[in-house]
Amino acid sequence: MADAKVIPFDDDRSRGSAAQRPARRRSAGSRRGALGEPGEVGSVQPLPGRERAQDGSAGREEEPRESREPSDAGGHDGGLERRVAAGLAFLRRRLTGDYEVDDFGYDEELTDQVLMSLLRPVYDKYFRVEVKGVENIPAEGGALIVANHSGTLPLDGLMMQVAVHDHHPAGRHLRLLAADLVFVLPVVNELARKLGHTLACAEDAERLLAQGELVGVMPEGFKGIGKPFGERYKLQRFGRGGFVSTALRQGAPIIPCSIVGAEEIYPMLGNAKTLARVLGIPYFPLTPTFPWLGPLGAIPLPTKWTIQFGEPIATDGYPPEAAEDPMLMFNLTDQVREQIQHTLYKLLVQRRSVFF
Amino acid sequence: MLVTGVARQLGGRFVRRIQRDPEVDRVIAVDAVPPAHHLGGADFIQADIRQPTIARVLAETGADTVVHMDVTGTALGGGSRATVKETNVIGTMQLLGACQKSPSVRRLVVKSSTNVYGSAPRDPAVFTETTPPKSLPSGGFAKDAVEVEGYVRGFARRRPDVAVCVLRFANILGPAADTPLASYFGLPVLPTVFGYDPRLQFVHEDDVIEVLRIASHEPRRGTLNSGTFNIAGDGVLLLSQCSRRLGRPTVPLLLPAVTWAGSLVRTLGMTDFSPEQIRLLTHGRVVDTVQMRETLGFTPRYTTAGAFADFARGQVPGLLPPQTLAGAVDRLAALTAKAGGHPQTHGAN
Repeated sequence: MADAKVIPFDDDRSRGSAAQRPARRRSAGSRRGALGEPGEVGSVQPLPGRERAQDGSAGREEEPRESREPSDAGGHDGGLERRVAAGLAFLRRRLTGDYEVDDFGYDEELTDQVLMSLLRPVYDKYFRVEVKGVENIPAEGGALIVANHSGTLPLDGLMMQVAVHDHHPAGRHLRLLAADLVFVLPVVNELARKLGHTLACAEDAERLLAQGELVGVMPEGFKGIGKPFGERYKLQRFGRGGFVSTALRQGAPIIPCSIVGAEEIYPMLGNAKTLARVLGIPYFPLTPTFPWLGPLGAIPLPTKWTIQFGEPIATDGYPPEAAEDPMLMFNLTDQVREQIQHTLYKLLVQRRSVFF
Repeated sequence: MLVTGVARQLGGRFVRRIQRDPEVDRVIAVDAVPPAHHLGGADFIQADIRQPTIARVLAETGADTVVHMDVTGTALGGGSRATVKETNVIGTMQLLGACQKSPSVRRLVVKSSTNVYGSAPRDPAVFTETTPPKSLPSGGFAKDAVEVEGYVRGFARRRPDVAVCVLRFANILGPAADTPLASYFGLPVLPTVFGYDPRLQFVHEDDVIEVLRIASHEPRRGTLNSGTFNIAGDGVLLLSQCSRRLGRPTVPLLLPAVTWAGSLVRTLGMTDFSPEQIRLLTHGRVVDTVQMRETLGFTPRYTTAGAFADFARGQVPGLLPPQTLAGAVDRLAALTAKAGGHPQTHGAN
């Protein structure tokens, strides 16, 4: 892979120079320049319908929390009693175990009513996530969302999940594929399963796509999330391209997704490799604040995020044996990777500052 | 037809049921100990399948179908773990050796378990019959089942004329279940592993009997009953759901503490709570049942939740019965409705 160009951190603030500078180098894309181009030109424009969608989500945000804790409800509108009743019905179902989970342990009710409401303030108020191109996600049927991975802790995946759930007109649920480390850790694995995540392996991904679910994957894995701050927004190798063959086998479209802002939440200046090995984790981040300030240092920086869903790449036009063709697989992997990388550069050029 | 392991409830029920089928002329029931329950009109032969006498039994009776149900996790009447392992593994080897010698055997059905997949965080969420386990079971019943299946595969290779059906059952539950998991759910307070909520699947005893019947007869039109099949009820229950439906409170313990306590009670001989049982209650296990439906042509009558509900009916009510909790919440709802917009704080948690 030709190495991609990194935009210096300072350029984000001096907007004038960033505009002059070409955001990407053509050499890497020359082989398949024609493939990734057409969809990108208009793809970073903000959607007219976005604000409306955000308003709707903000209105929805308060409801489940209040209904769960009726004592906190301050409003005296007529809907209060209804909400209290709904909250009690929810409590009744939870206490008696009368709810459904799917084969993967996904607890839709708990996710919608409780876990999403806990994530939403972080999404809306802390990272102020801006979502673009949500219309690229099909309203039904399986699709594979492929995103860049960054930020030391996988907050980007969670924010992507909230973004899809709150902004998609069909209210689709994103089923994320997570690293095996997630399922080893206590508490984390329980929450991940209830949020609908599952292990990043071909079997689970195919099963979810075959059920017509929207699957989210971050093929960079630990290489992406644990890369040093100096390499921010520089995509790492996309695994071994397993996500492409999975999508090909199921004929599910691949939707590239670029997330800007997550790179700066924990600027990872160093990596205590020995300590990481002792603890059995892939990296141990050293940031300006962590671990020096203890738990306080683990608070992420309040960066401004943008999540852009790109044009879908169709995979249903290929013959059945295409999933076994390594060349096609590598080409498609590169195409997805480049599209994400180019969109990242465009978003970075447009960004006014890291924090606003 | 020859059936092993009839001294157990499940084996006894199967023997009684299978005699009513018109295809079955005679049922020979075999076990090392005489059963406490009656076996209908079946002929009971007391033979230990670990001994070569089983070959003589098979040769003299000339059975054409062998149903091997003596692959179990617990000893009947308090035998040691070594005895169980010997019955499972050596018993299977002897039985298969006898079958190989017998020209009359046409069909072999083996009761196995989904324990063969193990239970690990790095496994895919749903196991199909062909999923290789990431971590082979290190010991206990799961390892026995893996070894038994290995010998059965070897037998199927050597005797291609015999239809071999391996049924991998999920956790068997029912009003009369006597499995380790059933006794676990019988505890007044359920110890769980902190930070894990395993996904569990159950299969009802009635369905077990039914699927054993399907496997031991000629296949119906359009179905095939030789091969390996996962048998489980539809759907999944989390351990937390199970405890709430039973009305039994849980005590989350840290994983090392649970492992240590497990080995302690095993040493004391209080329960047979094996490490793989703890692994199941940590990571859970879900199997795919498409083959059972489409190839074997069997649709279970009970879902996982249904089998569990039927089991729960046979249990004494727990400390926090779900009806009481539901009633408390309903009373609270009535109270808030009366208060009219000034709801009280509730301590139902």
